[in-house]
Amino acid sequence: MDIFYFIVQQTMFFAIPLLIVALGGMFAERSGVVNIALEGIMVMGAFTSIFFIHFMQDKMSGQLLLILAVLVAGLTGGIFSLLHAFASINLKADQTISGTALNMFAPAFAIFTARMIQTVQQVQFTDTFFISKVPVLGSIPVIGPLLFRNCYITTYIGIGIAIAAEIVINHTRFGLRLRSCGEHPQAADSVGINVYKIRYAGVVISGVLAGIGGLVFVVPTSTNFNATVAGYGFLALAVLIFGQWRTKRIIFAAFFFGIMKTFASAYSGIPFLKGLPISNEVYKMIPYIATLVILTISSKSSQAPRAEGIPYDKGSR
Amino acid sequence: MKKKHNLLQSKGTSSFFSVIMAIVAGLLFGFVILLISNYKNAFPALITIIKGGFTNGTSGLGQVLYMATPIIMTGLSVGFAFKTGLFNIGASGQFTTGAFVAVYIGIKWTFLPSGIHWIVALLGAIIAGALWGMVPGILKALANVNEVITSIMMNYIGIYLVNMLIVKSIYDPLKNQTESVPKSAIIPRGGLEQLFDVKNMNIGIFIAIFAVILIYIVLSKTTFGYELKACGHSPSASQYAGINDKRNIILSMVIAGALAGLGGGLLYLSGSGKYMQVIDILAPEGFNGISVALLGMSNPIGILFAGLFIAHIKVGGNNIQLYNYSAEIIDIIIAVIIYCGAFSLLFKNLIHKLTRRNKLEKEEGR
Repeated sequence: MDIFYFIVQQTMFFAIPLLIVALGGMFAERSGVVNIALEGIMVMGAFTSIFFIHFMQDKMSGQLLLILAVLVAGLTGGIFSLLHAFASINLKADQTISGTALNMFAPAFAIFTARMIQTVQQVQFTDTFFISKVPVLGSIPVIGPLLFRNCYITTYIGIGIAIAAEIVINHTRFGLRLRSCGEHPQAADSVGINVYKIRYAGVVISGVLAGIGGLVFVVPTSTNFNATVAGYGFLALAVLIFGQWRTKRIIFAAFFFGIMKTFASAYSGIPFLKGLPISNEVYKMIPYIATLVILTISSKSSQAPRAEGIPYDKGSR
Repeated sequence: MKKKHNLLQSKGTSSFFSVIMAIVAGLLFGFVILLISNYKNAFPALITIIKGGFTNGTSGLGQVLYMATPIIMTGLSVGFAFKTGLFNIGASGQFTTGAFVAVYIGIKWTFLPSGIHWIVALLGAIIAGALWGMVPGILKALANVNEVITSIMMNYIGIYLVNMLIVKSIYDPLKNQTESVPKSAIIPRGGLEQLFDVKNMNIGIFIAIFAVILIYIVLSKTTFGYELKACGHSPSASQYAGINDKRNIILSMVIAGALAGLGGGLLYLSGSGKYMQVIDILAPEGFNGISVALLGMSNPIGILFAGLFIAHIKVGGNNIQLYNYSAEIIDIIIAVIIYCGAFSLLFKNLIHKLTRRNKLEKEEGR
């Protein structure tokens, strides 16, 4: 049973950042803007918020600091994503252009700034955020050790974001408008919806979530930030497509991938896997191969937003 | 006068102008960052960046050509797929598998005579890259799986598989990298090392230029290239016209993969002391290829110059470390340049408007 708890706890560390960022990507793509800049936005969000922790950790610590850092990360991501929104909505440029530019800019900027400020590119921080056991809730049998021990508050933020995302996109007026802009912007415009505004909102939401995702990825896995989020932005993009742009399926995809990643990275801690004569690298490949296989079987009918990636031009109605 | 108008209005010229404007904007932005971080050396540093490969005589130029070779190939790979309406974000994995097969053949197939050995190794790289590109192509054509996600997956599968195979076959455990490639598999220098005074130099750059020309001819002078571009513009229209779009998607990805794979071979058979490391990091050359393709506007000739330009200012970036700036400023500048490419539509419209206004005024004056 302990192994089972261990797997679930580990899965959270991998799945939650993927989930948050993929949900962010969903908001952008369902409004009609492809956001391949998720990776870069994650790096920027992680960079500013870890820097924030680095400077503030003498004055405060624990959950308050982490929550403030989450806000900083979200704010950075939101602002940074405006660049992508401007290029792909106002300038009607190919959306891979600004995405690629942002992905290239972010790590270079993080390294350059860190070196200029503190001469080394790694930004150190002390992890005062780990919760070994949530009071009261952690004592509940089964559920306690499963969800409320050895965790970070970011796990619950992630779950909260998932619930909020499902409600916003499927059960609010804004969500309906957002989806209509991604499916048929001309029709949306004809009934008085401001397509540009909605698409801006979609991209900025994706930026905020990707920024937070960057921080959420770094905090449990490391004690310094080295200008990289290890390709998680691209993986989140994959999770988004794997999840067919739908909240529930994205949640499933993120956790599927998280579990696979857990087996890959922690198989030596899982007795029945450790005994098998399979090399380390094969375990690392399994999550990606499994995703490929599942996609091949399930992807015949893609549910991508129809107007995804096509700049909306008012004149060409 | 009329001729000049035509020149200004032609697509190529306005693209060229917008690229130049973007480069100027990128350099200005870089200059501002240099000023902010340390204003004293900002100006000489900017000059060093612009001078780039021209700083250290011929050795600087040789360095540019050496650095440009792999990114021209990955740029060509990404650009070629773009032309067919596919986003090949998997150039990184194709590059890595190509590099591995080239190095493997280089180390293990020493029974080959020395004039042929390196050619076989490069052919191996092409085939490996092609296979790696073929998987997303087939999945896209037959199972309708988005090529972006499959390419990303293939990148990771590629890096882990290659790491595993290196450790099993051609591993140097002391340095955590591959063994060194014997001389017969190193790409011939062709006397360039004397001409450029760099020992890294070899005829790899000519192979890359040859690939550029080949792709240019395929895209603009053959029916096959026309079909590929038609699929990129409008899949349904080309289907209606009787073009086999499934076959073209697969072929396009195969060719894109082959180009990236060849890039990997060219880099690691250059005998420059660069070895394939056993680390879990995707090859950056693949992602740089996206930048090169965008800057070159997916045009093979444009990609050649974009690759050379990026290599040029990267060499400049290495040189500004003398002034205590970090070389990452170059990536910032390149990012801004690519971002400004998004303005190209705006530039084009502006140029179009200006030239039209001129014309109208003239006609009125007459």
